[in-house]
Amino acid sequence: MKKLIPLLVLAATVFYVARTLMPVPEASAFKIAAFGELPVLVNGRIKPLDTVARSSLLQLQGRQRVSSPLVSAPIVATPSEWLLEVVFRPEKADTFPTFQIDNPDLLALLGKTEDDIKIKYEKTALKVLSVFGFVPSHFRRFSLRDLTPHIGTIQEQAKLADPIEAAVRTPFQRAVLQLYGNLVHYQRLRHALVAPGRTDFLGDLLKFQDNVVAGVAAVRAKQAGQEHDAALVSTMTEIGESFVIMAESTNLLVIPPDAGNSDPTAWKPAGAALLETFRTGRVNSGALAYAGLAHAWRNNQPEQFNKLIELYRAEIGKRLEPQLTKVGAEKRFNVAQPFYSSMTLYAVALFVGLFSWLLWPDVLGRSAFWITAVAWLVATGGMAMRMWIEGRPPVTNLYSSALFVGWGAVGLCLILEQIYKNAIGSVAAGVIGFSTLLIAHHLSLSGDTMEMMRAVLDSNFWLATHVIVVTAGYSATFLAGFLGIIYILRGLFTRTLDSVTADALTRMVYGIICFATLFSFVGTILGGIWADQSWGRFWGWDPKENGALIIVIWNAVILHARWGGMIKQRGLMNLAIGGNIVTSWSWFGTNMLGVGLHSYGFTDAAFVALSGFVLSQIAFIGLGCLPLSLWRSFNRRPAAGQPDAAAAAPGR
Amino acid sequence: MSELIRQFRNFFVSLRLTVVLLVLGMILVFAATLDQVNLGIWAVQEKYFRSFFVLWNVGDIPVPVFPGGYFVGGLLLINLTVSHLYRFKFTLRKSGIFLTHVGLILLLLGELFTGLLQEDYSMRLEQNVPKNYSESFRENELVVLDVTDSQFDDVVSVPEERVARAEAIQHPKLPFRVVPKEYYPNSALQNRPETEAPGNAPSKATQGIGQRVRLVPLPITYKQNERNIPAAFVELVGSSGSLGTWLVSADPRLPNQRFEHAGRTYEIAMRFLRTYKPFELTLLKFSHDRYAGTEIPKNFSSNIRLKTPDGQDDREVLIYMNNPLRYSGLTFYQASFEPGNDKVTILQVVRNPSWLVPYIACSLMTFGLLIQFGIHLFAFVGKRRAPRALPA
Repeated sequence: MKKLIPLLVLAATVFYVARTLMPVPEASAFKIAAFGELPVLVNGRIKPLDTVARSSLLQLQGRQRVSSPLVSAPIVATPSEWLLEVVFRPEKADTFPTFQIDNPDLLALLGKTEDDIKIKYEKTALKVLSVFGFVPSHFRRFSLRDLTPHIGTIQEQAKLADPIEAAVRTPFQRAVLQLYGNLVHYQRLRHALVAPGRTDFLGDLLKFQDNVVAGVAAVRAKQAGQEHDAALVSTMTEIGESFVIMAESTNLLVIPPDAGNSDPTAWKPAGAALLETFRTGRVNSGALAYAGLAHAWRNNQPEQFNKLIELYRAEIGKRLEPQLTKVGAEKRFNVAQPFYSSMTLYAVALFVGLFSWLLWPDVLGRSAFWITAVAWLVATGGMAMRMWIEGRPPVTNLYSSALFVGWGAVGLCLILEQIYKNAIGSVAAGVIGFSTLLIAHHLSLSGDTMEMMRAVLDSNFWLATHVIVVTAGYSATFLAGFLGIIYILRGLFTRTLDSVTADALTRMVYGIICFATLFSFVGTILGGIWADQSWGRFWGWDPKENGALIIVIWNAVILHARWGGMIKQRGLMNLAIGGNIVTSWSWFGTNMLGVGLHSYGFTDAAFVALSGFVLSQIAFIGLGCLPLSLWRSFNRRPAAGQPDAAAAAPGR
Repeated sequence: MSELIRQFRNFFVSLRLTVVLLVLGMILVFAATLDQVNLGIWAVQEKYFRSFFVLWNVGDIPVPVFPGGYFVGGLLLINLTVSHLYRFKFTLRKSGIFLTHVGLILLLLGELFTGLLQEDYSMRLEQNVPKNYSESFRENELVVLDVTDSQFDDVVSVPEERVARAEAIQHPKLPFRVVPKEYYPNSALQNRPETEAPGNAPSKATQGIGQRVRLVPLPITYKQNERNIPAAFVELVGSSGSLGTWLVSADPRLPNQRFEHAGRTYEIAMRFLRTYKPFELTLLKFSHDRYAGTEIPKNFSSNIRLKTPDGQDDREVLIYMNNPLRYSGLTFYQASFEPGNDKVTILQVVRNPSWLVPYIACSLMTFGLLIQFGIHLFAFVGKRRAPRALPA
């Protein structure tokens, strides 16, 4: 039985993960998933439209689901379906609440009073839940139609805020600029595939195709001052103008290079491809295909829609097969959302691990281990997938560093758990794995997480060595800190920290700090070597370099204090928690300074989170400094021949 | 050994001192990093790391508030060296610790030498224009050139500090004294309108372009992407009286101001401090790619011709990101470009004679740590195995 239950848990976990990998059956007659798999070049990378849809939704409204608090079912089934509505039926998409606004000043500017945005639930149960925050109490997301009357005001305020340096902008200015940026982003999507304001773009294009040769001749005649068909000239000018709008107001390069053109950067916007018609006399087949899809979608013709996607896919597949394989894989990766499954499993592992300290330590401890292991494998798979798609080492930006810090720390936890079998590894893994993935989720709100590397960072060799090793150092330092927190919380508030566990924790923390010292040191000097190789100087006192140096020094302080007998168990734990502060500052704080060569990720909203984290760690250290007589694990009354408190806790 | 010396020795060899110094060092680095927002990266290095004490100005009096980089680093160096000489008995078990600390001593020394010896310059190259000098990022010079001979210029350079101190300079190569009158550490130049508004003081310059432009003093900037543009009014005084007062400014748009004296032609200017090289570089082509459909730079590269006057070297080199040119003790790397102008490249030039030291130091330390923690790990694994063997 003791062996069976953990295995059953393992099987259930594997089943849960396997389910996320299964293809999701299409809910409608349209092959929306196939639309999401069509390739597009945005921000320097060829990706599926599905990625565009998801990263746009995250950027606009902080989540991938489109729904209203008053209706329980989501408005659209998938992000791809939302994108379809935006590009092909904007008049409908404009009514979806997809613009998140939280800043009260900005809400006031848009004429939203407290009364306007308070959600009035019909059911009493919902009313009660909303008071406690289980369901939203206020509308936070608005549709384009809500915002349309205020576009001028938003634009004006954005213009005022724009020249101000990013670091000194007020929350209102940041909110205005973000909203303005989001409106622009939405506009770019709307104009990506069909011309604005034309209800039958396909029909217009077909007519255009028939008339273009005569039309161009008429325009030439007009320019030369000869006799010409005035109506034809004006049709040509009109449609030409709408192509220009399409070409200039989008950054989605949906039309792949023409056959025979091997330049991978020759992708163009649909509008640009259509403008070429005036020269070639033939409407680009890709642009025509998208117009056809628009027609089928608007007129509810699923067969035509599906057939057209199939044909278009086959047509571009002839020359883009390797890219399309990657794009398709990325689409499936998006749907599977491995990091969300992993996050859920870490949370479960955390609770199972915590309970194992109270009852059935063997059964629950092993179960927690298996859940952690599966969660870690899922995260590993996700990261491997990202590496393959990007063709890069695992850490390329702040987002992927969060993934990697969690991955590294959990990996170490699995080793610890395999050695000690006391669920401490699983609990630490649960906390760190969950929180790093949560951080990663928040970092993903700024757009696509697979960005192109700026020239200075474009070196796979150094990304694979320096960045990986330094990030592994972060992982280890955090892990030591969290083990320290477990020691203090268990010792202070429970009776479960017996001397065997306490000694085991001490050895774990000590070992992990040795590991952290080695990795952060080697990583830092590899960075120095990179700097010397590229810039002729080993060390430049750049904030990120200093941050890494501080971690190394802090770990050296802990080790020397320990060797010199200046600290014992509790001191070690407290200093290890201090490592959390130092590492979080090095990881995020240095990027908030906005100076130096390394500051590639400016993150202003994260400042509050960082301060909160630092304060919480100081609080833990404060708890750790409380006198031993207050520690429940150590203050056993000297009843029935027990030694007194001081003797029960030697060397702490 | 007297008690005093014993106490002294015990202080310097103690592990407690090590820990205190490490903590002080950490606080120093942290404070310096935060202060970069105000002072910029260069001023911070001078204030925090290349100093014995960090000084704060209370009123006008600088007050030492915290030990600086030389103080902490120096004591750490003494602490390390002394405690190793005094306490340390070399054994195989401690070889890791030994190697790590020898490496650290080297690293600290290397950083000291780097601080003393490293020089950075910038080099802005225009396409097809040969250049044989680099320019300082922060320092400037007042120069008087004798350009009478068309073959070469005879340059007399006055360091900026002496201009700032308004020190009169008499140089054997010049038939006049150079008398700096007023100095502005940062400034901008504006055109003076043809008809001066009443109430505006006339220019203090009586010669050259200074009569037509107005000098606007600016506060000193510490921003990393800006530099101070100093300016000064300089009077030249010959044996038979003043030749006039010139306005000079390091603004690169201001050309050298030419004048005649005693049958020779001179030029006067203030400019970024130059260091001449025994070779010249010519930009042949600057390339800059962006990722398709974005403004994100993908790469920059400069195709450059390197030529020495003796003809020993005459070749083309390609400098791009993460691939600098190393030549005659200098490292040239692709630092920047001028947006919208692809006929110009900006290189950074670094001289760092002690560049090899960190490599040696870091290899020693890495090996040391590996050995040390490896010994711990094996001891730990061994201990865990042992109890299981007992019951059998």
